[in-house]
Amino acid sequence: MLTRDTRDPASGPRLLLCLLAFVLLWPGIHFSELDLGVLLASDSQSEMGRFVAAFWPPAHGDAFIELLLQATLQTLAIATAGMALALLFAVPASLLASRALSLSAASRGGQPGYWGQLLRWPVRGLLIFLRSVPEIVWALLFVRAVGLGPTAGVLAIAITYSGMLGKVYAEIYESVDQRPAHALLQAGSGRLTAFCYGILPNVAAELLSYTVYRWECAIRASVVMGFVGAGGLGQQMDLSLRMFAGGEVASMLLTFLVLVLLADQLSRLLRWRLA
Amino acid sequence: MTLDLTQVSVTHANGVQALRGVELHIGAGEQVAIIGPSGAGKSSLLNLLGTALPPASGEMQVLGERVWQLSARQRQRLRARIGLIHQAPPLPPRQRVVTAVLAGKLGQWGMGKSLLNLLHPLDVSGARAALTRLDLSDKLFAQCQQLSGGQLQRVGIARVLYQAPEVLLADEPVSAMDPVLAEHTLSVLCRHAREHNVTLVASLHAVDLALAHFSRIIGLRDGQILFDLPTDAVDRERLDKLYANEQLQPSPAPPSPLSVQIPRC
Repeated sequence: MLTRDTRDPASGPRLLLCLLAFVLLWPGIHFSELDLGVLLASDSQSEMGRFVAAFWPPAHGDAFIELLLQATLQTLAIATAGMALALLFAVPASLLASRALSLSAASRGGQPGYWGQLLRWPVRGLLIFLRSVPEIVWALLFVRAVGLGPTAGVLAIAITYSGMLGKVYAEIYESVDQRPAHALLQAGSGRLTAFCYGILPNVAAELLSYTVYRWECAIRASVVMGFVGAGGLGQQMDLSLRMFAGGEVASMLLTFLVLVLLADQLSRLLRWRLA
Repeated sequence: MTLDLTQVSVTHANGVQALRGVELHIGAGEQVAIIGPSGAGKSSLLNLLGTALPPASGEMQVLGERVWQLSARQRQRLRARIGLIHQAPPLPPRQRVVTAVLAGKLGQWGMGKSLLNLLHPLDVSGARAALTRLDLSDKLFAQCQQLSGGQLQRVGIARVLYQAPEVLLADEPVSAMDPVLAEHTLSVLCRHAREHNVTLVASLHAVDLALAHFSRIIGLRDGQILFDLPTDAVDRERLDKLYANEQLQPSPAPPSPLSVQIPRC
């Protein structure tokens, strides 16, 4: 009788989940061949030291600063244009993929109908495909199609990020209280209007901060793609690395730091305004 | 008949049977109160009437239509003529009161007008009129999260008044208000229903309010209708039987005539 009084029905599944997580993580360490001892070996340490020592002092010649400024602007333009194109596709796709707009869920205790579930799958599949191919691969493809330059970077970001944004947006819609939208649907409103009145006010801050964070990621991604010839800071960095101009690389890394810092402040400002 | 239920049962997604063999007919312009103990199925009945829940079995007609045989589009059009007041109105915390009230007409407005209204409220005077009747016009441009529970309930009522439906369903509409305010709000609802020939069905946990404002009382217990009578025919004995709770009696329980122990878990 005593054991029945103190038994928590949730404790069994919780214990099992912990065991499962451990069983899944353990082989991961082996398969990734993680060996932290390599970092402590003396020859790799001196190699890294020599590489980093060349970074000081950061380059700051007038001609270089002008070049840096131009490359920074180009990087920002690639990231922003790519995000804008990605949003054009991601917003409608997220509305299609999300269960939040399900009319049948409103009268079935949040459980959408089977047909709706089936119809959501192709959209989800498309989003998975778009984001499963890394942007660097798209960039390589587009560099061949449209030639060297920022256009390839913009297209690559647009494609991969539409997949990511669409998926996460759809999940953000589902993560908030669905009752306001359900109440509106039950009063005869259309799905899109119910979404705008019932869900959008609750998700706006979250959507905004995720979008700004993705924009920050797009800046970084555009730099990586610069290495394969898609313009911007990355292309400059690639050139500087090849010429072993550590000071120039350091200046560019500092520029990154400033860009990420600015994105962070922007996100904070917008969230504060919306809260 | 505006609302017709014939042998209707409702089963929730978790398998709990909320209503069993309910037989209910309510005509246009009637004012009906539903009373009963907690868990009796009052909310389920109102959600059923408001077409928010499909019946598991039985026949159901609302405003002369078989709701669940309609196409989704026709059903949405029918739902625009039904207003449901929620006990805790589901309103986004950061939405402004004016927007929350104007959202009552979303079922009647086109998409363009609805989206425009989100950017700039198109009928501020209409929203203010609805709120004024509930003595809340000073909160027109406040955010919903700044309001108390009772004020939120009044915003929910103002939304449905603004919607101006033909059938008005209210699920414990005054449960978070003080007695004076509850009295006033219920009389506003009843007067609105009388003036516009609206069918009003409200569930209430305060029996005295139900007896004072409504002409027909339905007693609901364990998902079944125990009585369905005009107000003056409801007596003490029936109410005692409706609310009898043999599980709450202090132990040792005296042998009571109501010895049927209905398992509830």
